[in-house]
Amino acid sequence: MWAFFHKLGSPKWFFDIAGRCIPWFAGSSIALLVLGMVWGLLFAPPDYQQGDSYRIIFIHVPSSALAMSCYVMMAVAGAIHLVWRMKLADVFAKAAAPVGAALTFLGLFTGSVWGKPTWGTWWVWDARLTSMLILLFLYLGIIALRAAIEDPQTSARAVSVLTLVGVVNIPIIKYSVNWWNTLHQTATFTLTNKPTMPPSMYLPLLVMLLAFYLFFAWIVCVRMQNEILEREKRTRWVRELVTPATARR
Amino acid sequence: MQFHSFAAFIAMGGHGFYVWLAYGVFLLVITTLVVDSHWRRRRILARQARQMRREQVAKPGGRVVKGQSFQEAGESS
Repeated sequence: MWAFFHKLGSPKWFFDIAGRCIPWFAGSSIALLVLGMVWGLLFAPPDYQQGDSYRIIFIHVPSSALAMSCYVMMAVAGAIHLVWRMKLADVFAKAAAPVGAALTFLGLFTGSVWGKPTWGTWWVWDARLTSMLILLFLYLGIIALRAAIEDPQTSARAVSVLTLVGVVNIPIIKYSVNWWNTLHQTATFTLTNKPTMPPSMYLPLLVMLLAFYLFFAWIVCVRMQNEILEREKRTRWVRELVTPATARR
Repeated sequence: MQFHSFAAFIAMGGHGFYVWLAYGVFLLVITTLVVDSHWRRRRILARQARQMRREQVAKPGGRVVKGQSFQEAGESS
């Protein structure tokens, strides 16, 4: 068990595993994104109230859901980094932050564009939207904080603490639609109840959710590899990896 | 298939602007993520290769193979 944990912390080991997984993540996420979008845009039935504007759900829900789980994953990584000083946890946190910020932006943007025809307004300062905006600022703050502190170890620790403090926002986002009166509808999927949609609508949504997770895994693996190359550039294995590139010039 | 014609598909029951704006920005953002992540990789590898070449040239007497001039070693590395 400890041997495995130790291995998991080894950058080279992760670099190789990630390299082997990346083509699968890339291929399956692109295939499922195409399938989900064609299904959602062409074959899913229109909503009886909203007509075709509801088709934005197929990108809105996965973006927002992943933006939140990405934050939770970063907070867990931050805790692991603080407690066990595991380098790889910090590599993950650094690689995932810009991806999470992009997904949060997408969730807000697609929600806004969906809100205009549905609610008649691009934006309202209600609980769900405001807490989601705070999530975007948290992501941007985390990225800025890391860039602001030069010493990598100090910045990694500061970022871990900030990420952990910010995690309080996640349950607020999640339950905001239940706690406060809001224009935003409540969750489509819950673990305990049946989905509030027919299968012809929620199946393409599930496909898109899976596609987003795979896409996230793909991009984060590539960015973690980048970060490892940067951090381990003095080591022998990275130098050997770079050597063929040197010979070509 | 929910739409009878391509024009109806584009119109999205009058909500075409919103649907295509959302999907357009979505595709733009995820494409940017993919391209940015891979460009970074190329930049990192190129910088590292440059750095290693510079080190080899800079090493006093270091990696220079016997019988090879200093300049040659720098170029062929």
